[in-house]
Amino acid sequence: MKELMLGNQAAARGLYEAGCHVVSSYPGTPSTEITEYISGYPEIYSEWAPNEKVAYEVAIGAAIGGARSFCAMKHVGLNVAADPLFTTAYTGVGGGMIVAVADDQGMHSSQNEQDSRHYAQAAKVPMVEPSDSQECSDYIKAAYAISEEFDTPVLYRLSTRVSHSQSLVEVGPRQELPVRDYEKNAKKYVMMPANAQGRHVFVEERTLKLRQFAETTPLNRVEEGSDRRIGIITAGICYQYVREAMPDAPVLKLGLLNPLPEQLIRDFAATVDRVVVVEELDPIIENHCASLGIPVEGKSIFGYIGEISQKIIREKLLGQPPLEGCAYPEAVPVRPPVLCPGCPHRGVFYTLHKLGLTVFGDIGCYTLGATPPLLAMDTTLCMGASISGLHGFTKARGPEAAKKAVAVIGDSTFMHSGMTGLADITYNHGVSTVIILDNSITGMTGHQQNPTTGYDIHNQPAYQISLEAVCRALGVSRVVVVDPADLKALEASVRAETAAEEPSVIIARRPCALLKGVKAKPPVHVEPQQCIACRKCFQIGCPAITMEGGKAHIDDTLCVGCGLCVGLCPKSAIKEAE
Amino acid sequence: MTNTKSIMIVGVGGQGSLLASKTLGRLLMNAGYDVKVSEVHGMSQRGGSVVTYVRYGQRVCSPVIQTGEADVLLSFELCEAARWSGYLKKDGVLITSTQQIMPMPVITGATQYPADLEKNLRAVCSHAYIVDALTPAEKAGSSKAVNVVLLGLLSKMMDLPEDAWKEALKQCVKPQFLEMNLKAFQLGRELYNV
Repeated sequence: MKELMLGNQAAARGLYEAGCHVVSSYPGTPSTEITEYISGYPEIYSEWAPNEKVAYEVAIGAAIGGARSFCAMKHVGLNVAADPLFTTAYTGVGGGMIVAVADDQGMHSSQNEQDSRHYAQAAKVPMVEPSDSQECSDYIKAAYAISEEFDTPVLYRLSTRVSHSQSLVEVGPRQELPVRDYEKNAKKYVMMPANAQGRHVFVEERTLKLRQFAETTPLNRVEEGSDRRIGIITAGICYQYVREAMPDAPVLKLGLLNPLPEQLIRDFAATVDRVVVVEELDPIIENHCASLGIPVEGKSIFGYIGEISQKIIREKLLGQPPLEGCAYPEAVPVRPPVLCPGCPHRGVFYTLHKLGLTVFGDIGCYTLGATPPLLAMDTTLCMGASISGLHGFTKARGPEAAKKAVAVIGDSTFMHSGMTGLADITYNHGVSTVIILDNSITGMTGHQQNPTTGYDIHNQPAYQISLEAVCRALGVSRVVVVDPADLKALEASVRAETAAEEPSVIIARRPCALLKGVKAKPPVHVEPQQCIACRKCFQIGCPAITMEGGKAHIDDTLCVGCGLCVGLCPKSAIKEAE
Repeated sequence: MTNTKSIMIVGVGGQGSLLASKTLGRLLMNAGYDVKVSEVHGMSQRGGSVVTYVRYGQRVCSPVIQTGEADVLLSFELCEAARWSGYLKKDGVLITSTQQIMPMPVITGATQYPADLEKNLRAVCSHAYIVDALTPAEKAGSSKAVNVVLLGLLSKMMDLPEDAWKEALKQCVKPQFLEMNLKAFQLGRELYNV
């Protein structure tokens, strides 16, 4: 039977069918749905870990314990999990282990567009890359076979377009596999120098065997074509663009991205007049071909930045004129994403902007606090960098600067990598103020539970870690909790804590307005006769507030009645429903 | 060239493009086509401009639609119809609701919401159906049913039996909302030739 499935859903289906036992992940667009779908299979143990490094280590522990294991993360998540990646390349696995890493070419929802194929090369582990949902399922099974035959974790590379496109998938039954026996083997699993030296030899031998495997595996295949003027070498989503734009071209489609084959490429190149590599981001395949002395083109045509498409191939490689559409004659205003109506973060950023503070930001919905009209964020780097970055900033600029700067970080991000930064502040005589935006969920990736919410991946009650207790235990004695909808109390606590000459944490606690169970209040409305069009209510950047006929107007289909705007009106023209 | 057909669904995050693409995907799969549906999750859902691609045919390769490739542009919002109109083929069909949702730069006063959107869209799109889909949606029982009203209108222009559409809807909406959505679908069909 065939079903229409997201790439991520098909990966989950493949894991189910392949008899996977244990899954641990941290959410990250575009990888999140794999683990969400897995949580629907009771045969597989699944969990949200606090971060990707933990998730990876859970997965390798399960594999050492004889299970087929899996973890998923976005590309930048693999930076966090890189430490165990490089050493588990040495230890190898017990049961098979797959690590999904979802790249975000074009940065639809990311802070950079790094190419995770470098990790496969650097860590010397195999990497597979599917190009549609059917392959998402099939390649899981192939990856487990590789993992167990060659005793290695296998990287499974996705992209936004493969993860978030639906196509037809043949679904089959689950292969029930027993968890393998665990055997203590210190030479393999205790990576102290004497043992690791032996395992490095193993890694190099394994790579030689994998190179042989790359020549013959059906993951790599040649598709004959009638027009031999240009032969294409490609992989992943780019394969689909090539097939669309060049249906008659011979194509070498690579499913195994590391190690890359040699003879297969030489043989393919010999059959065509000109070889072009179509790959997004970095020239991984192209450089490999060049190192073999095979003349190929790639980056000189397509560049290093963003996504490729059938259009780009047609225009840049084939020189075809662009297709003409019904082009609208004028520029239309951009529509950037915004904080939702009723978002609990809005009051915090309004206050920080009003007080003119320097704000070290972090990764989450609240990154949108950087956009107009809130404009209340100075930096966003990576998970956790708000707290440690602020500490460095105040050490550079002195204690007075600390009174004019704060860090903001979400509840999930704080559990991910905020705690260590806070320890640095208390330990190293810091005086910084950290605001934890506790909306009681992992918001940006679509509402995943985390260790502070009190629920597990199945929405079943779980131990709830107290943010207050964690902060106190890390040495912060000034921990205050405020409701960010109470602007007066919020401003007073920001003023008091930034003035204090010791570390402090403000927990701004109010659940995400989109959470189930958070009841919207009736919408508020403007009395037009009282409105003086001063635009004070516009300073909070609420998408429900617009101008109509020269007066403020509140869209009652968008407003959730949070009331933040009510207190801002100098004429009390905004009324709550009676 | 391929015989792949392309339908592009555009709107503002939260307007319900997911149900529209899900229903279309199910409909086309049931009809025996190869289908790809592509969407972007994450940042763009937060009230931003949202695009979903639906492609079908004997064999669909690329999941994305590029400028000048769409046979149909189905839009939930006027400004979004204008933004993405370049993706519509010269002889493609534009179906858009007349709803207007102010983007943040308009709210902050940095720019104006475009005037004459309807007139200009009719000028550039030879087959334009610019309709008030909100009123029929509310008549059916929910302002959220705009997506299904527009699907009803689209169904009059695609060569698939009405029952196939209703079956797809049945498979995609929660049972308690089926009656309301079937009504919205019917009211959408009645918008054709109005």
